Amino acid sequence: MNRPNPLFRNLNSKIASLPMVFIVLFVFVGGTFWTVAVSFTSVKTLPIFTPMEFYDAFVGIAQYQRLWRSARWMISIINLGIYGSLYTIFAFVIGFWLAVLMDQKIRLEGVFRTIYLYPFALSLIVTGHVWAWILNPAFGIEGTVRGMGWTSFSFDWLTNREMSIYAVVIAGLWQGTGLVMALMLAGLRGIDDEIWRAARIDGIPKWRTYIQVILPMMRPVLITTFVIVASGAVRVYDLVVALTQGGPGLSSQVPTIYVYETMFVGALAQGTAASSIMLLATAIILIPWVMVEFGKRKQG
Amino acid sequence: MRYKSMVAALAATVSMAFIGSVKAADVEVTHWWTSGGEAAAVAEFAKAFNATGHKWVDGAIAGSGDVARPIIISRILGGNPMGATQLNPGKDADDLVKAGLMLDLTELATKENWASILRPPSQLASCTIDGKVVCVPVNLHSDQWMWTNRKVFKDAGIEPPRNWNELVAAAPALQAKGIIPLAAAQGWPIRLLLSDIAVAVGGVPLKIKVFKERDPAAAGGPEMLKVFQAMDAARNMVDPKTMVPQWNEAVGLVISGKAAANVMGDWAGGEFQVAGMKAGEDYDCLPGLGLEAVLDTGGDVFYFPKNADPEVTKAQLEMASMMVSKEVQVAFNLKKGSLPMRADVDLAAANDCMKKGLAILADPTKVFPGEIQMVDRDTLNQIRDLYNNFFSDKSVTPEAALAEFADVIKNAPPL
Repeated sequence: MNRPNPLFRNLNSKIASLPMVFIVLFVFVGGTFWTVAVSFTSVKTLPIFTPMEFYDAFVGIAQYQRLWRSARWMISIINLGIYGSLYTIFAFVIGFWLAVLMDQKIRLEGVFRTIYLYPFALSLIVTGHVWAWILNPAFGIEGTVRGMGWTSFSFDWLTNREMSIYAVVIAGLWQGTGLVMALMLAGLRGIDDEIWRAARIDGIPKWRTYIQVILPMMRPVLITTFVIVASGAVRVYDLVVALTQGGPGLSSQVPTIYVYETMFVGALAQGTAASSIMLLATAIILIPWVMVEFGKRKQG
Repeated sequence: MRYKSMVAALAATVSMAFIGSVKAADVEVTHWWTSGGEAAAVAEFAKAFNATGHKWVDGAIAGSGDVARPIIISRILGGNPMGATQLNPGKDADDLVKAGLMLDLTELATKENWASILRPPSQLASCTIDGKVVCVPVNLHSDQWMWTNRKVFKDAGIEPPRNWNELVAAAPALQAKGIIPLAAAQGWPIRLLLSDIAVAVGGVPLKIKVFKERDPAAAGGPEMLKVFQAMDAARNMVDPKTMVPQWNEAVGLVISGKAAANVMGDWAGGEFQVAGMKAGEDYDCLPGLGLEAVLDTGGDVFYFPKNADPEVTKAQLEMASMMVSKEVQVAFNLKKGSLPMRADVDLAAANDCMKKGLAILADPTKVFPGEIQMVDRDTLNQIRDLYNNFFSDKSVTPEAALAEFADVIKNAPPL
């Protein structure tokens, strides 16, 4: 008896997923390879596609040399490190803390939840403009406090090149923490009441139960949240554009602005080199996690 | 009854459609003219174009050229071209033209004899690639102007300055009275300010040697060091807290008397005009920052990306012709604060500043090409970043900035 060829098993679903496979291969994988390939050329404005064109325009690692010579790129990378780590850490800490407070069976929980989640409904552009006014030394907090009589008060982060990236972190946290809270709260609600009862019988204080028992049990939620928050941090663009325009000077530049601004003003290859580095950085962070997560599942 | 009215309505739409389709076309025009004076000027273009029966669809992009250029170029590259777009004369669109994405205007230019009616020749030359005319120069702008509010100086008991050095000398007295000596805006206005200082202190020959001839000895030499030292004095005069995001806000500070002076291109004149101030009485304009009365020949040009619709192509050619016509040139440039492209127009209504500019333009030894006519935008953006970093980070010494500057010039692609 002939056994059916495994290739034709579930034929319908395989045909149905062909368009998706096609899109993934050509748009995502193909686009990625094209980007990396262009970054080794001297292309300025018009994209190139044929191997001959690539051969003619090949310049080796010149674009990467320029990238690492550029003061603006170095500032951008450092800023991304500062923003990414502070935003992720504080969004987690504050978000979890708010979720725990919400979890205390408080009255009007729905109202508070809505209040904390509302900023997330605003676009980052709006967030940026709102905080640009709040942090503006002449009109915002500094001006108001000085107007009330404390004339030596100073809160000039937006115009201070040492502090401007931290102003971006504040605005980002205001916008993004509510989402972390909502995700964490969902995680907390998923914990079985039996766990709480057992902890109470053993006489473990509430805070220790949260940190040593509940938190490890929330691992899947934590990982999902981390991926959402961290990818949001790497992508940060509109918030900076609206809040500081990358200034004062170059002090709050981020890589995404560099990529966009070089790509369409006659330095396409430079922009693709910068985005290739971003891709590499993201991969270095993600690959170990993917290996740990999926590798383990296979064994189990 | 209902049937009848429906037929009538249908007939009306059909006849309307016929009237509409005779020759009119909607032409989307992208530009970044959004300040008061600029919007008033662009309205003159729209009025004149709508009078031809076509429709000007305004596609203003707020922000600045730095914001608008990537949007404009990516739209043309992405196969979604607008009908016409503002750019600066120079290298911004070279690659797009070479790829055949722009409408060839040579026929129109020959018919209307642009070569002899438009001056200076450098502007039409920037619009001519491989012998083909591909854009329309609409005005002449120059960067090298200092604007001062006379009333502010009089109220402070200081003689209004006649040049940059006098402003630097007056700065402490102004600051003591709570007045911002020099209003400044973030981003490209800093490049403009420092470039103006560079040419006022270093002179035109040095500028040409560095930007056009790319002489490495000049780009990193002692004369350029002197220039960076003068820029150092400028950054010490500006309190970062007083810096504003947009150029017209900085001009607004001068108009309202909160600041004493600003360095900005002659388009700032349009803002003073809108505010109802008079040149030579309420405010002063000092070409070459009052030190060396030289001007560059920047400006604005319009490109017409190729469209599939032949009606649009026809309308594009009509728009190009409209933009250089006598009446439109006068009406547009008076509002914009720029100089017209034609020498044969009546400029009796021109203000003091425009007359000063015209006098300098008449002397070819005092005119030099704009930076974007000598290097590509990518290089110019690197210089912008370098200047901005130097201006805001006082730990960068003039020597260090000079070394970086020489490196950018050395790596600039040949044109």
